[in-house]
Amino acid sequence: MKVLKLIFKNSFRHKLRTFLTILGIGVAVMAFGLLRTVVNAFGSGVRASSADRLVTRDAVTFINPLPLSYFNQIKQVPGVKQVTYMNWFGGTYIDQQHFFARYAVDPNTFFSVYPEYEIGKKAFAEFQSQPNSCIVGSALAQRYNFKAGDVITINGDIYPGTWEFQVAGIYKPEFKSTDAMSMFLNWNYLNEEVKQTFPGRADEVGWYVEQIANGANPGEVSKEIDALFANSPAETKTESERQFQQGFLASVGAIISAMNYVSFVIVGIIMLVLANTMIMSARERTREYAVLKAIGFSGRHLVGMILGESLLVSLLGGILGIFLTYPLVNSFASFSNFLGAELSVQSITLITAFTAVVFVGIAAAIFPIQRAMNTRIADGIRFVG
Amino acid sequence: MANLIEIKEVSKIYRRDSIETPVLTGINLSVGNGEFLALMGPSGSGKTTLLNLIAGIDKPTDGEIIVGGTDIARLSESALAKWRSSNIGFIFQFYNLIPVLTAFENVELPLLLTKLSKQERKQHVEAALNIVGLAERMNYYPKQLSGGQEQRVAIARAIVTDPLILIADEPTGDLDKNSAEEIMTLMQRLNSEFKKTIVLVTHDAHTASRAKTLRHLEKGDLLPADGQAA
Ligand SMILES: Nc1ncnc2c1ncn2[C@@H]1O[C@H](COP(=O)(O)OP(=O)(O)OP(=O)(O)O)[C@@H](O)[C@H]1O
Ligand SMILES: [Mg+2]
Repeated sequence: MKVLKLIFKNSFRHKLRTFLTILGIGVAVMAFGLLRTVVNAFGSGVRASSADRLVTRDAVTFINPLPLSYFNQIKQVPGVKQVTYMNWFGGTYIDQQHFFARYAVDPNTFFSVYPEYEIGKKAFAEFQSQPNSCIVGSALAQRYNFKAGDVITINGDIYPGTWEFQVAGIYKPEFKSTDAMSMFLNWNYLNEEVKQTFPGRADEVGWYVEQIANGANPGEVSKEIDALFANSPAETKTESERQFQQGFLASVGAIISAMNYVSFVIVGIIMLVLANTMIMSARERTREYAVLKAIGFSGRHLVGMILGESLLVSLLGGILGIFLTYPLVNSFASFSNFLGAELSVQSITLITAFTAVVFVGIAAAIFPIQRAMNTRIADGIRFVG
Repeated sequence: MANLIEIKEVSKIYRRDSIETPVLTGINLSVGNGEFLALMGPSGSGKTTLLNLIAGIDKPTDGEIIVGGTDIARLSESALAKWRSSNIGFIFQFYNLIPVLTAFENVELPLLLTKLSKQERKQHVEAALNIVGLAERMNYYPKQLSGGQEQRVAIARAIVTDPLILIADEPTGDLDKNSAEEIMTLMQRLNSEFKKTIVLVTHDAHTASRAKTLRHLEKGDLLPADGQAA
């Protein structure tokens, strides 16, 4: 127990230096935490995607709409259990800073194809019956304090005009990875409004989502759907939701791997910061370590002392960094509105950061330990810093 | 009376790369139990080297060093560390106290390697600090003490395990005249009252005169015992 006290006192022998080291590690761990959180958020779409859902979109580009008439045709394809469709609504809530995803969805089929968005019976009934109603995610509701009955005003861009939607209810995400930051409004209502203002754009669907029957082969079903519309003015491309997400990931893959690299470069920086401090202290204490050895302390004692000090400083830095990560991720999430997804620090990020910090604590002690062990007592006692 | 320390034909050659520096050449020396020996000699003559060999923190290139019946040149590193912790008390020129520990904690350090309980350690530390006359300063940090007081704390650290032998390399080298006198008075008392065998290296003839025996080292050779100090 005395030795622990000595480790602690040794660590804070140069208060400013130790403080700066801890701060340096803390800031680096914070940056590491933010990067890992963002990298994880990219991957969460893939993890949240369902294996038994297919997405049908225009074969040329995602932006081109598909005719509503496809709905009944797709429903007939063997292996298709349910179909729903939706449009990206876009628009602005308050200003660009307050981004979240808004979709116009078919009120009758959407929630049965997406059971992971859980809503109550009452909310569902109201969403179906009230044309201008909407359903918002629990995280979104929490951020803006939306309650049932509230009116949300959106400035349209894809669908110009000022839109007012009344909150019919709040959906709960079934899984942690389920998006809880979206707003769903009634496709039928949107379509009626569009008929009035832009008749040419009525009955257009952004994309279809099919849920396939148990045991159906997703590849086969996709082919059959696309075959239906081959050689039509609007050919389709159907793929699994997961492929669809992965396709998106591939397009930003370079950024993700850059972030991956940088996050591990940060670990290297943490190591250099700590190793520098540890090497300085080990050098200053050459004589002390030699005296301790002369008195009878063994190599194992010195290893314990040096390793303990290194780990103490790295862990304090790590804890500081992890505490700083939360406000950083939150403020980053609020100003960047990253992908419309809820950015939150995941436990895997904490575990990775913690492991990195422990690893760094050990690695930074190696050189000082070697030095303390290899210095002959007689030379160490002669040593003049 | 059997000699506590028997040094037989000891030589020490430092090797660095291909350069060999012979420092001690065939030294023979006997130190009896209860002896107080001062070693003098010009800088570079090998005094510290010889002291380190006796203390078991360095090994001879050749020869035997028998302390209390044990040939310490043949002990393994870990056995030697254990042997030092119970047989040798170190006193250095620059005190070498740990600056972040109080006087009490510095003196307690060697006892952390023993099986003594906290209470027993406290008794031993207080006794040692009493002997050096610093019991009332036990909660002071080294930088709050004068050089002479720091050296007395270092002496308390050296005697707290009750070792047979005290090894002191220029213990007064960094002190003013009065503090040096005090330290030597203390050393004499440790020798006469507490029966510690002391081997001390010094540059200063006056300091050496407080020992019982004086030997001169020159160019790696011990001069014949030419006389007893006053
Ligand atoms: N580790 C070493 N490697 C090589 N040479 C060494 C080493 N240690 C000491 N020496 C040399 O051995 C010689 C004797 O050194 P030592 O320290 O024993 O002398 P000393 O009598 O104690 O001198 P001083 O009075 O200056 O302390 C010196 O020439 C010194 O340079
Ligand atoms: Mg010397």
